[in-house]
Amino acid sequence: MYHPKIDINVVKELEETAYRIRKNLLTFIYRIGMGHLGGELSMVEMAVALYYKYLNYDVLNPFMCDRDRFVLSKGHCSETLYTIFSDKGAYTLDYMVEHFETLETAQFGMHCNHKYCPQIEASTGSLGHGLPIALGMALAARKQKKYWRTYVMTGDGELDEGTNWEAIMAAGHFKLGNLTLIVDKNQLQMTGPTAEVMNIDPLDKKLEAFGWEVVSIDGNDMYSCCAALEAQPPADPIVRRKPYAIISNTTKGQGVDFMAGNVKWHGGGIAKEQFDEALASLEKNRKVR
Amino acid sequence: MAVKTTFDFDQMLSNAREAYGEELMRMADEGLDFVFTYTDNVAPSSSAGKFVKKYPDRCFNFGIAEPNQVAASCGMALAGEIVFAQVFGPFLSLRSADQIHTDIAYNDVNVRLIGTHAGVTAGGGPTHNCIADLALYHAIPNLTVVVPADAGQCCKAIRRSMTYHGPMVIRIDRGGSPNVYADDSYDFEIGKAIETVPGDDITLISTGSSVYWSMMAAKKLREEHGISARVIDMHTVKPLDTEMLFKCARETGNIITVEEHSINGGLGGTVAEYLLEEGFCGKFKRVGLPDEFALLGDMDKVYSRYGLDPEGIARTALKLLGRAQ
Repeated sequence: MYHPKIDINVVKELEETAYRIRKNLLTFIYRIGMGHLGGELSMVEMAVALYYKYLNYDVLNPFMCDRDRFVLSKGHCSETLYTIFSDKGAYTLDYMVEHFETLETAQFGMHCNHKYCPQIEASTGSLGHGLPIALGMALAARKQKKYWRTYVMTGDGELDEGTNWEAIMAAGHFKLGNLTLIVDKNQLQMTGPTAEVMNIDPLDKKLEAFGWEVVSIDGNDMYSCCAALEAQPPADPIVRRKPYAIISNTTKGQGVDFMAGNVKWHGGGIAKEQFDEALASLEKNRKVR
Repeated sequence: MAVKTTFDFDQMLSNAREAYGEELMRMADEGLDFVFTYTDNVAPSSSAGKFVKKYPDRCFNFGIAEPNQVAASCGMALAGEIVFAQVFGPFLSLRSADQIHTDIAYNDVNVRLIGTHAGVTAGGGPTHNCIADLALYHAIPNLTVVVPADAGQCCKAIRRSMTYHGPMVIRIDRGGSPNVYADDSYDFEIGKAIETVPGDDITLISTGSSVYWSMMAAKKLREEHGISARVIDMHTVKPLDTEMLFKCARETGNIITVEEHSINGGLGGTVAEYLLEEGFCGKFKRVGLPDEFALLGDMDKVYSRYGLDPEGIARTALKLLGRAQ
């Protein structure tokens, strides 16, 4: 995907940020001993493009009026977000480790919770909830006549849940041009390939049939992520437009060779040797334009 | 202060579904800001239908998709709105259980889920019975559950909810239930039960429409058997007014619970749990729908069959007191 407004130097900078986020994410997961690295690594480019360029959002001022909303429906991939919040100065890595699932002092958990961590917009974890919640946020923006945009990221396996399709139908019906769905289509779910467990394809045609504008991109390519986000129509609360879907084709475990495309790396922690190997692999795969 | 009830005026019916729509209209006309969501369950001719017509920009119809409606209502609330969501009761509790638990209660949002057609008031058999909802709600943290005794109290609950923080379920009948209160001069406080009939021999703890039936049963017990039965309107079933429960247990010794719900997991179960843990040694009985799919029939027939009508409640009381003929 090409967009004339994309500055290649900005893309380079975002790629460098994505490398840093992956490295810090691995360190964080290694230290807390649990995570969902496969899905957390696959979504990094899109999350970085959003939080470092496209979202009108300040992690240091999370309740800012008229901010864009980002809902992570695949709530088990929260650690990617925490790592971004940390990188942007909201928390140190040590602080996050010290407050991760520590009962009374916990501020971070395996699944997203907005009551503990104010940078999280909605508490998620049970799959198939984020998109209907985002639908409601976009409707609220329309009612309030506000120009902020609601983004929601789902997994691809998650789309097995019927509530997504209720919301996809409703967003098309309401013509919510201020809603953007990003499907992190990493092609694996917990026990096997999405195509084998429950095939969701042809996803683009299904979304189009439900009244969405759809782009399909390489979601581990920063330029493509930027181009897809740049191409969104303005988030106008009044004008009825098709909602916008980005099918972000990614690789589960992207960036770490022994995790990439390996269904075993859905969830869990990593041992010291694996951590060292993962960092080395990350360095080897570091993109230099 | 004693509340004024319609105890002596049999069968003055009012409709909570109609009344709360009118209350929404009044609140909006007064300039209060909120959102209304529904699921193809608002007739254009109803009061809620008129509200939708007058305030279309704040009303959203989600079609026959309750989980989507409940979750989207959460999203609206997270974006700063107070949301009233009218949902067909059985499908609110059973189909949207995950959304109530995770989106509404866990996210701690100001959504008021108005579950209609409580008990068997929908008619049409067990697919449309709403008899397991209180059991579900009791086990979900951070959920306030109000079951108004009549239409006027429903309006009080709706208005009070505008300044109440946190998730709330308001459970109402299909409509056409007797008025319990003669006017709206009484104080309504969420979590504070109301004594509608004084009495010393036994307490009938009831909620929703069963408050009125319990009052009629109390009247029957007094007039025909000389038994002084106290009636409590436990309009907030979660959190329970345990102070009132303790007082009634201590003062009357005998407790009967009455509800339009399965006898399992509803008001009766919760009251029993509390009383047992407090060391209650008196007599206790739950009146509600038994642990079976209800037989087919209209509301009056079904409630009469299972002893939820005034005669049935009085029979249960007499049996409990050893006065059964």
